[in-house]
Amino acid sequence: MSRDIVTSDSSLAPSPDIIGGHTLSMFVNNQPGVLMRICQVFARRAYNLDSVVVSRGRDPQFSRLTLGISGDPAGLEQIINQCNKLIDVIHCFEHDENESVTRELALVKVLIDPGDRAEVLQILEHFGAKTVDLGTTSIIAMIYGNSGKVDAAVHLLSKFDIVETVRTGKVVMARGEAAT
Amino acid sequence: MSTPKLDGAQALIQTLNELGVEYIFGYSGGAALPIFDALETVSGNIKFVLTRHEQGACHMADGYARATGKPAVVLVTSGPGAGNTITGIMTAQMDSVPMIIITGQQVTWMLGKDAFQEADIFGITMPVVKHNFLVRETNSLPRIAKEAYHIATTGRPGPVLIDVPKDISQSDFTGDLNPDLDLPGYNPDSAFEIAQDGISRAAEIISTAKKPVILAGHGVMISRADEELMELATTLKCPVTTTLLGKGVFPETHELSLGMLGMHGTAYANKAMVECDLILNVGSRFDDRIIGQPEKFGANAKIIHIDIDPSEMNKMVHPDVEIIGDAKTVLQALNREIAPLETSSWLATLDGYKNKFPLAYRKQGGLRMQQVLDELYQLTGGKAIVTTDVGQHQMWAAQFYKTDASYNWLSSGGAGTMGFGFPAAIGAQLARPDDTVVAVVGDGGYQMTLCELATAALHKLPVKILVLNNHYLGMVRQWQQMFFDNRESGVNLEGNPDFVKLAEAYGIKGFNIKRPADVGKVLQKALDYNDGPCVINAECIKTENVFPMIPAGAALEDMLVAPPKHKMAKPTGST
Repeated sequence: MSRDIVTSDSSLAPSPDIIGGHTLSMFVNNQPGVLMRICQVFARRAYNLDSVVVSRGRDPQFSRLTLGISGDPAGLEQIINQCNKLIDVIHCFEHDENESVTRELALVKVLIDPGDRAEVLQILEHFGAKTVDLGTTSIIAMIYGNSGKVDAAVHLLSKFDIVETVRTGKVVMARGEAAT
Repeated sequence: MSTPKLDGAQALIQTLNELGVEYIFGYSGGAALPIFDALETVSGNIKFVLTRHEQGACHMADGYARATGKPAVVLVTSGPGAGNTITGIMTAQMDSVPMIIITGQQVTWMLGKDAFQEADIFGITMPVVKHNFLVRETNSLPRIAKEAYHIATTGRPGPVLIDVPKDISQSDFTGDLNPDLDLPGYNPDSAFEIAQDGISRAAEIISTAKKPVILAGHGVMISRADEELMELATTLKCPVTTTLLGKGVFPETHELSLGMLGMHGTAYANKAMVECDLILNVGSRFDDRIIGQPEKFGANAKIIHIDIDPSEMNKMVHPDVEIIGDAKTVLQALNREIAPLETSSWLATLDGYKNKFPLAYRKQGGLRMQQVLDELYQLTGGKAIVTTDVGQHQMWAAQFYKTDASYNWLSSGGAGTMGFGFPAAIGAQLARPDDTVVAVVGDGGYQMTLCELATAALHKLPVKILVLNNHYLGMVRQWQQMFFDNRESGVNLEGNPDFVKLAEAYGIKGFNIKRPADVGKVLQKALDYNDGPCVINAECIKTENVFPMIPAGAALEDMLVAPPKHKMAKPTGST
């Protein structure tokens, strides 16, 4: 499995009959093809993967996978069971927002006129974002937090000329002593 | 003294030997050369059967497994050889049949470069296997073979594919021949730990039932829980219906048996499902062929679902009690908690349905498949192993060839694979040489895999190939007649060969049945002929339709027990 972080730009609001905001965490064997097996479970059942984050586990034999998904809510239990059934999946959990923390990070490149720079920096400061590249006509902001906060910051910046956004997709961790 | 040096292929075959593999069915080719060579150089008890097509090899391994519960191995080459196994693998996967498929592959450094006979069989088969491996280290071959066997045969069984690049199989093996398994994500032993809570709740619901039905599926057979099922049914005095794949887990001649349920099941089984107040499902996945319209299925009944696979829970039907686990273990626990029920009036109602809606057929107006199957049943005393293809003949065989024991009824259920029956019969006959094996096939399916006549002839297997020949794809024609204004499209098999002459070309004995009066004596001759395979070509009428019938997607109460008098709306369900 790729150890790179895979991102998706799709932060569109879900249509009414699909679930949004569901987050699955999986602990899987770190081997070629594992991501493909998991993706097949979702694709076959017409679920869209809004975000996929994969990284090597602390023990490199395993990988950690966080999926943001949308699709028919009636099938979610099925999907989780099907994922758990895969030999390469050690476990698959769905995480409730109230019992877990989620974070994601976005890089946003904005073209700016010198006169707008102060307002852009003010917005970024409000969101606790950082400026990671500053040029005469462009700025790259690094925004992190839960997905709603990232959405809000991107929304406020959209009055300027955003030329690119790259989001990591969300990562999740269960609160307290519970396993993720 | 140092141990003789092995290459990867030899280590692989030696591991299969140690795992107790009895048969390898396959077809050779370039990328599998080292593995085929190892079959010659490694001594052991494995017997190799050269088939005439890779699909046939899979169905033979499948038939072997369904007749014994033990897996066989399929060995083929890369590219087209591997590609030809897909239908056979899918058939095994849909019906939870253990199988190990070993495919040769191009050398490692050519993968992804469109090399000769390269196909990404690891990627292609992912959706139709329980698990698969692409081997990247020679020394991992014994571990992967052991893991494949373990995965294929435990939990809910299924096919496991091992793709072996040629450089991996022909390199020197320097590793451990008895490695430990490394499967941290697979724990089939948990199926034997049954939560007591589910057992208690199930027992409580059972104790209040007045009109219970046990729905028994393939899971009972796989778990070898036939005795526990009998104890459950006879203690409760509860009628039992089985799925197509469950035929035999409860004797169909038993007074509590309702036979098979579903789309072409018995009227009394389907009526029992509609009127019951409890459905106790043991090892069936509530397939769409048996539940009809999911919203109406079991609407007035409590439902208890026992299954080894958690992903079957709440998939088609929402049960009142879920019990996840091995059927035998669950039934042993459940049997300790149950007491006899008062079911005499319920059984009397069902006996009334048995009398009113018996399985029947006409003997006038030409030869019908039902008669051939009925007489086959009588002449073999119901003791034969019966394999089938898919279609009308399959449903009539399920109806008229009553099955009294597990592992005697071999039919492609989930996948509905035409061409399955004859090669599966070869595998079954090799597995159980002393049993009578009858392949019941239609003229359509038979022609898809009849190249295996050479295989059957070569091994002098006394398989009886009963071709129920109506020169039509009868089940599709039935649908066209009922739902498409009788417009026949793509169903006329004119151009069929003379199946008896074709058999003779392979050196195989052939028989013809043309008249209803000849059925018994010709079948008897064929059953008495044991010098090799024989083909019985039964010329049947084409216009007969299978009833009872529940149109796809319709509710069980909408079952047709006879041809409808009015034009039918097109079914809303699948196929």
